[in-house]
Amino acid sequence: MASPYRFIGKTTPRKDAREIVTGRANFLADRKFPGMLHGKVLRSPHPHALIKSVSRDEVMKLPGVEAVLTWEDVPNWKGGTPRCTRILDRKVRYVGDAVALVAADTEEHAKEALRFIKVEYEVLPAVFDIEEALKPGAPQLYEDFPGNVVTPGVPFFGPKNLKEVVRGDVERGFAEADVITEGTFGYENMPNPIPPEPPGVVALWEAPDSVTLWVSNQASYMDTVILSHIMERKIQPRTIGGPCGGSFGSKYMSWQVQCYAALLSRATRKPVKLVLTKEEHLASFTLRPASRMSAKVGMKKDGTVTAVQGTWLIDTGYYSMTTQSQIAVGCGEVQIMVQCPNWDLKPVIVCTNRNASGIVRGFGGQELKCCLIPLLSLAMEKAGVDPFEFLKKNFVRPGGGYFWRDGIWYNHRGIDHTKAMERGAEVFGWKEKWKGWLKPTAVNGPKRRGIGVGIHGSADIGEDSSEAYVRLHPDGTAMLFSCVTEHGTGQVTNYIRMVAEVLQLPMERISITPPDSLINPYEFGPAGSRGTYAIGAAIIAAAEDARQRLLELIAPRLKAKPQDLDTVDGVVYRKDDPGVKIPWKAMAVDRTITGYGRFDPDYSLVNCMMTFIEVEVDTETGKVALLRVVNATDVGQIIDPPGLENQLNGCLGSAGIDSAIFEEMILDRSAGRMLNANMIDYKWRTFPELPVIENVVMETPFPSHRFHAVGVGEIATSPGPSAVLMAVSNALGVWIHKYPVTPERVLKTLGKTGSGKGGAA
Amino acid sequence: MEKRKSVRPVAFLKKGEDTVVRTQKLTRKKARATERISLTVNGKIHEMEVGTASHQIDPAHTLAHTLRETLGLTGTKVSCDHGACGSCTVLMDGKAVLSCMTLTIECDGKRITTIEGLSDPETGELDPLQQAFVDHTAFQCGFCTPGMIMSAKALLGENPSPTEEEVKEGLSGNFCRCISNYHVVKAVLAASGKGR
Ligand code: FES
Ligand code: FES
Repeated sequence: MASPYRFIGKTTPRKDAREIVTGRANFLADRKFPGMLHGKVLRSPHPHALIKSVSRDEVMKLPGVEAVLTWEDVPNWKGGTPRCTRILDRKVRYVGDAVALVAADTEEHAKEALRFIKVEYEVLPAVFDIEEALKPGAPQLYEDFPGNVVTPGVPFFGPKNLKEVVRGDVERGFAEADVITEGTFGYENMPNPIPPEPPGVVALWEAPDSVTLWVSNQASYMDTVILSHIMERKIQPRTIGGPCGGSFGSKYMSWQVQCYAALLSRATRKPVKLVLTKEEHLASFTLRPASRMSAKVGMKKDGTVTAVQGTWLIDTGYYSMTTQSQIAVGCGEVQIMVQCPNWDLKPVIVCTNRNASGIVRGFGGQELKCCLIPLLSLAMEKAGVDPFEFLKKNFVRPGGGYFWRDGIWYNHRGIDHTKAMERGAEVFGWKEKWKGWLKPTAVNGPKRRGIGVGIHGSADIGEDSSEAYVRLHPDGTAMLFSCVTEHGTGQVTNYIRMVAEVLQLPMERISITPPDSLINPYEFGPAGSRGTYAIGAAIIAAAEDARQRLLELIAPRLKAKPQDLDTVDGVVYRKDDPGVKIPWKAMAVDRTITGYGRFDPDYSLVNCMMTFIEVEVDTETGKVALLRVVNATDVGQIIDPPGLENQLNGCLGSAGIDSAIFEEMILDRSAGRMLNANMIDYKWRTFPELPVIENVVMETPFPSHRFHAVGVGEIATSPGPSAVLMAVSNALGVWIHKYPVTPERVLKTLGKTGSGKGGAA
Repeated sequence: MEKRKSVRPVAFLKKGEDTVVRTQKLTRKKARATERISLTVNGKIHEMEVGTASHQIDPAHTLAHTLRETLGLTGTKVSCDHGACGSCTVLMDGKAVLSCMTLTIECDGKRITTIEGLSDPETGELDPLQQAFVDHTAFQCGFCTPGMIMSAKALLGENPSPTEEEVKEGLSGNFCRCISNYHVVKAVLAASGKGR
């Protein structure tokens, strides 16, 4: 069938393509301001200590140094949920915690100055393990969190915000089960999303209560919202975004970095640039939460899950800003994956003395499933159930429901994802390859192949609110006002594409405002795959509103009713007689027309991604080679073919599939130091190691917005890791339950040698 | 004076083989300063004094620093600043080098090409490789892209018709976290002799 669209689903160069390939895309580190100072952070060498004194006498005499700030100099700004983490505190809580801030005329001078700050610490005992932290007598990180248990709940999600999954009757569920399995499973390797561009900011404090920040974040409007909370609502910062050099969730928030620069600028009244080094980025910025779950599941012989009961421990590091949100969403997503009537799943967030956890693609659901699927697999093995059939059977169908993050029950009113799953299985050859649990698909000498499958789906595609304006100009051009930054998905171009389709105006005639919080309306930002549906819907509504106003204004001139008119290429014409037409200029040369659009949250649509994995394990070296990945999804309508493919290929990195194979942050659990906080020791996949990826994308129209599309970018990373564990177990013929499956672990599992420890174990 | 040959082509930089790279950084301070150095960047000759005053080239300055901070050529991106990710790749006499691991004072007499030097300075027309990156959307966030293009440029300079495997090998020192790698390979092949 021919496409009804002129722009949607067409491959066009990205709006910013020329800037990117010529090096003219102005990333934050490329920006300079007159009189600009450079900020640096002195960081704690101790995982837990009280600062007894800081001496800075020598530092202020050094050339170029303009400010040194310690906990005694800064206002009582606090981040975290609830807000308990001071920007600079008397207590340090991990190796890398900020002790002092310096601003100097050059980066070298600022760096040099750090060496001259003398700090006296009273070292405190520290705790690095979730369960150790919960024991009586364990070192306490905050007075506000007795027993190191972080207060559950996210007030922003509403009064009933989801803190656990408790419903039905688990006892009855277990009684109905044919098989019951239980155990403790973890996803604790803390893979680091590591966007190539580190977190950074330039801040300029001008009047007593006015600060402007140039940010490089994923959601530049939310920076102003978050900062205004932290700054005790006394200040409304203006945030201006720019190209974002990768985020994968992690740079949705850089509140600490932003506050450091703001405070230094407040002290000096000069613009201050503060960009983390790669080592700081890896060792002191947020990474994926660590999860450990002790649980029990009941299953019938046909793969019906009758009960899930367990405790989900989440290590959030030294603070939580979003971990409660990740839990709420993860708890919603797990119900989408397993349509079971009986639940008793209780999360506990624990703080420990390492750098904090934060947002990463997969947002809670990936963490939870990476623990739950291995447990379900044990039950499937006992019940003799094929995992593909199991995942297909248990995933929410239209009419099926779940409690979402706001604690409210929703029924999925979207499409049936079964078709995409089946198509994926066909392309992968699941039926031919599947030989049963713990059976390799092929054995070639010491090399054994195995397959696995995983799934993820979320109702976050309609999360939170978005607003936009579209302004029409008499010269036949339009401008979109939307506070979105380009962070790699290509969506900025796609929003222009959507406006172009509504207005039937060439994309070259549409521009977008800079992502400046001062000129644009509210925008939660691209997160949780909400870009296509939620942001898209607001933008479409704004374009439709502008178009309607235009037609109403022009109608009398063409002696017609607005509904009898249409517009194309900047000309309004009568539908019954296209020869009767008039250019937009007829609106008057001194007039513009502005449309407004808003999207309100809608949690009744679910996206889905199923990932099939084939690995080859060398039983002599223990190396796991990822041979093939098939991602299967249904997006309703493809908006941007190459952009979508790029996003799906992203399943490997940014703490995705490779977090099951070799990615991990290695914490020295005696000293509290991250041992591999650099790009040489942190492993990442290189070009020669790329597996074959096939992306199966279906287009069953969704009841979303007028283009019937939903997003899937975020979730591409999520189904893979547990599928890798499954594939490796099947290849080896023995269960392997720890991430990542390093050669040492594989050999240990085979009883061959070694401690079997990855660094995080 | 005798110049140390410390510049390593990206293609030879393997993970784990970092000792040499690190030693270079440590020996920075010891490098002897010439009075003046001259380097040609994108066809333009820059005569620079060596010294520690703010207008001079500090012996400790990396080429990446000089390009970005002194010459304002910010197209060269620094990500790891440690020789591991390839994002700072530029061409030195046609070969790919990591500008974060190269000292500027060692570039005396060298011809440097950065991403800014690829398109036609008169017409603005893109290099066929840049055009191929545009046509194949061979980027997502775009932060790794300048380095990726410069590595690919060096590769095609040495091997105008590489196989897919050779492209992957040639780009093995370049980190792309967004995983635009698949589109990059397509773009490089399209721009190569084979693709035309
Ligand atoms: S920035 Fe030079 S190799 Fe990473
Ligand atoms: S495009 Fe983002 S790192 Fe390569």
